[in-house]
Amino acid sequence: MSIFEYNGSAVVAMVGKNCFAIASDRRLGVQLQTIATDFQRISKIHDRVFIGLSGLATDVQTLYQRLVFRHKLYQLREERDMKPETFASLVSAIIYEKRFGPYLCQPVIAGLGEDDKPFICTMDSIGAKELAKDFVVSGTASESLYGACEAMYKPDMEAEELFETISQALLSSVDRDCLSGWGGHVYVVTPTEIKERILKGRMD
Amino acid sequence: MGDSQYSFSLTTFSPSGKLVQIEHALTAVGSGQTSLGIKASNGVVIATEKKLPSILVDEESVQKIQHLTPNIGVVYSGMGPDFRVLVRKSRKQAEQYNRLYKEPIPVTQLVRETATVMQEFTQSGGVRPFGVSLLVAGYDDKGPQLYQVDPSGSYFSWKASAMGKNVSNAKTFLEKRYTEDMELDDAIHTAILTLKEGFEGEISSKNIEIGKIGADKIFRVLTPAEIDDYLAEVE
Repeated sequence: MSIFEYNGSAVVAMVGKNCFAIASDRRLGVQLQTIATDFQRISKIHDRVFIGLSGLATDVQTLYQRLVFRHKLYQLREERDMKPETFASLVSAIIYEKRFGPYLCQPVIAGLGEDDKPFICTMDSIGAKELAKDFVVSGTASESLYGACEAMYKPDMEAEELFETISQALLSSVDRDCLSGWGGHVYVVTPTEIKERILKGRMD
Repeated sequence: MGDSQYSFSLTTFSPSGKLVQIEHALTAVGSGQTSLGIKASNGVVIATEKKLPSILVDEESVQKIQHLTPNIGVVYSGMGPDFRVLVRKSRKQAEQYNRLYKEPIPVTQLVRETATVMQEFTQSGGVRPFGVSLLVAGYDDKGPQLYQVDPSGSYFSWKASAMGKNVSNAKTFLEKRYTEDMELDDAIHTAILTLKEGFEGEISSKNIEIGKIGADKIFRVLTPAEIDDYLAEVE
């Protein structure tokens, strides 16, 4: 079994009209055994930038801590929050530093940039950025997620509709993947508020 | 840096609490050619005298005003070779920032990093402080900015400032002439008039250098022809 499939994960982000949504599953497993059902894969960097990390759980946590550290220093030095594009470039650089002994995770970055324009991107475990205009996926359920998102996505959805779409896409995809699931964790971010919701799906 | 016999810092405190080497560095700056900068409402201008030691020197090969990034320029008073070293280091730092964040470096960050380098040379073994003060002019998201960086590593943001031989006359002149809502072209005229104040001999496009940056965020050194136009307007 590949090391990327050791803990199991599913992360997806979608672009809406002046808003974005980022969602993940909640299972933490050790191969076939489920250890936790409330594992946090998505973290807030600041009010307008979120990062979801799939892959090996220890690297998910460590990489997140390193990124928060860098962002806090940036905030103190530059007296401003990082733009999502800038943050994505930083993540790519930090990951590439470990090119020959990489962090075994694939980040999904979502944020609101200038003029409230939503920004999403994903990258592989050695920092190859992939920008998308509609959705990005990552994790053991990524193949199912690609299919579900392609079918369900439409552009310029408002926050509520976006929430419905991303939730359906996530739940139906993790149902086809034995290593991810046990509910969902969805953040829908608009210029004025961050809505965090827990989904109840098939608890297996 | 330096071999073991000189691995202590040469910049040491005097009993009165001063760092004498830095005072001497400031003297070196004070005997350098006059340079000045003015921040206008829509841009920044920096200018300097360019007195060459002999008429045989090819004045086109000498450029005292340099780019640090496409939207940040710098001029100095003091020792030319020290300036070259600082420009090289600053350019590298600006490019490293750009490579990391894929974003141009904000003016304040570049000034801070350059000032840190200058401070390091006042607290390291076997080195002396830089014998230059810099005037950094830039235009970024925060608007036009003008900073002065001293050999000690301290930096200040200025609306208008001067350094070098004629500093006190130039600053008095600037204090009288500066207005908050000055536009870039007015600032260039004022810069020329300020340089003229203490100028020995005839001012011309061959013995001054002017750099400007406007809302287009592109720093440019004016050509001698453009300087001639401004000189004519000032007459």
